[in-house]
Amino acid sequence: MGNGLVEIRWHGRGGQGAKTAALLLADVAFSVGKYVQGFPEYGPERMGAPITAYDRISDREIRVHSNIYYPDYVVVVDETLLHSIDVTGGLKKEGAILINTPKTPDEIRPLLRGYEGKVYTLDARRISEEALGKYFPNMPLLAGIVKVSGVMDTWVFYSEMEKSLKHKFAKKPEVFDGNMRAIRTALEEVR
Amino acid sequence: MGYKERMSGNEAVAFAMKQVNPDVMPAFPITPSTELPQFVSNYIANGQMDTEFIPVESEHSSMSAAIGAEAAGARTMTATSSCGLAFMWEVLYVAASNRLPIAMAVVNRALSGPININAEHSDSMGARDSGWIQIYAETNQEAYDNFLQAYRIAEHPDVMLPIMICQDGFITSHAVQNIELIEDEPVKAFVGEYKPEHYLLNPDERMSIGPYANSPYCMEAKRAQAQGMINAKQVILDVAEEFSKISGRKYGLYEGYRLEDADYALVAIGSACGVIKDVIDELRDKGIKAGLLKVRVFRPFPGDEFAQALKNCKCVAIMDRAESYSSQGGPLGSELMAAMYRNGVTAKTIDMIYGLNGRDVTFDMIQGVYEDLMRIEKEGLKPSDHYRYLGLRDAQKR
Repeated sequence: MGNGLVEIRWHGRGGQGAKTAALLLADVAFSVGKYVQGFPEYGPERMGAPITAYDRISDREIRVHSNIYYPDYVVVVDETLLHSIDVTGGLKKEGAILINTPKTPDEIRPLLRGYEGKVYTLDARRISEEALGKYFPNMPLLAGIVKVSGVMDTWVFYSEMEKSLKHKFAKKPEVFDGNMRAIRTALEEVR
Repeated sequence: MGYKERMSGNEAVAFAMKQVNPDVMPAFPITPSTELPQFVSNYIANGQMDTEFIPVESEHSSMSAAIGAEAAGARTMTATSSCGLAFMWEVLYVAASNRLPIAMAVVNRALSGPININAEHSDSMGARDSGWIQIYAETNQEAYDNFLQAYRIAEHPDVMLPIMICQDGFITSHAVQNIELIEDEPVKAFVGEYKPEHYLLNPDERMSIGPYANSPYCMEAKRAQAQGMINAKQVILDVAEEFSKISGRKYGLYEGYRLEDADYALVAIGSACGVIKDVIDELRDKGIKAGLLKVRVFRPFPGDEFAQALKNCKCVAIMDRAESYSSQGGPLGSELMAAMYRNGVTAKTIDMIYGLNGRDVTFDMIQGVYEDLMRIEKEGLKPSDHYRYLGLRDAQKR
């Protein structure tokens, strides 16, 4: 995290919105004046295949374009990936991992191949289904990682999201309300 | 002067296209440039552009339609990648030899095989002898800025040649980063209206375009075309100078990064230059004089300028993101080494093939290249140094 640089890696499956979440995080960090980089790693794109996306958030210009091998934080959008992907590979132990699961951090830790850093969990499925009636895990996880990483103040994040979603869903107020509810619940529930 | 935004490289070039608002865009989608016709179509549907968009059935057709439109007198653009560019091959030469200043956004991607969608320069490098001007970008910012300068260069009466504005597929085309955009008004004033001197739809000047020519005339036509490319070098510099007045950003034929007093230099094209700069800063902190020559313009090839910029270096690694199967190295390596020889530049020089098919270019890899150069300075060049692959998985590394 030297030079005010925070690096985040997202693991998801094609179609779950990990790339969108990474781009949204870059977006909201830009809106508070940060240098940002949000990008997906593309393989053969297909629904359900494991995909990776990345964020760099910094106080200084970002010149490097390589993938992130030693992230400060990792977000796992689909807990079934824990069995097939080394999600904590290179993850700094001073950092943390956030996993979308109804389980507690203590229940999840044995699946993390001896990772020594902090483990957070969030039931993004339940939150999304309650708030939006559909399974879009990325909005709750975005809120969760902002809180876990502290890349920006959670209240600033909340009001920036309010502004941007109000604009984006100007004609769909119910979607706006649902997303804001999902963000609020996630900020409260991440543990 | 400008305003801050965040955009992917494709969004940035599409935004430049919107600001320039050319007359015609024939295009056929191909990854990773598909978003360009997609964004432009949206702009048109939203009434933000009045470009005539022509959906075609192939890239051969998109370039053919671009040739027709440009010959008719319309400012024309298109976009493509990889096999799409390869499929245009035949007609690329027609565009250049008919002196049609079409602007094409190329989002660089590997050619088959194995089939792969990721960044590499083999597509545009393969087209390097087709007579098109080629300008490359490290970042989304440069891709945007280069596209804004494209027509001023291509349509200049001393040049009149088509131009490719290239950026690395996915690495910059799909990565969202900070960017500074320029307001529409200064952009439009800078780019100006296209007023072709000769064009097909001029009823007062009947003409034929692309006819057969016999041997006694063909060579003169080619020499005249070559003169356009020779002239392009100065025009590129003049346009960059003028562009700096509306953008505050300076461009040349190349960018030297801590190059002036460098003992060890890398020469590279595109997005990899970012991590190279990071490595240079760390090496400089340790007192090692590392530098970079970032190639911006590849066609025309500013060989003398590049060679002169490297004349005080002890060791140079030329980085090629394209294989040319010559068994001697890549296209940048062969052309630059020829220019260095002509200019009497005697730095020990190696050619490094890297980043093919989107193979990630990391800090450690680049640091390794500088370490190689320091070893070569002490121990001299071995035959195995001349042409190598960077970051290979197996023992063929050396």
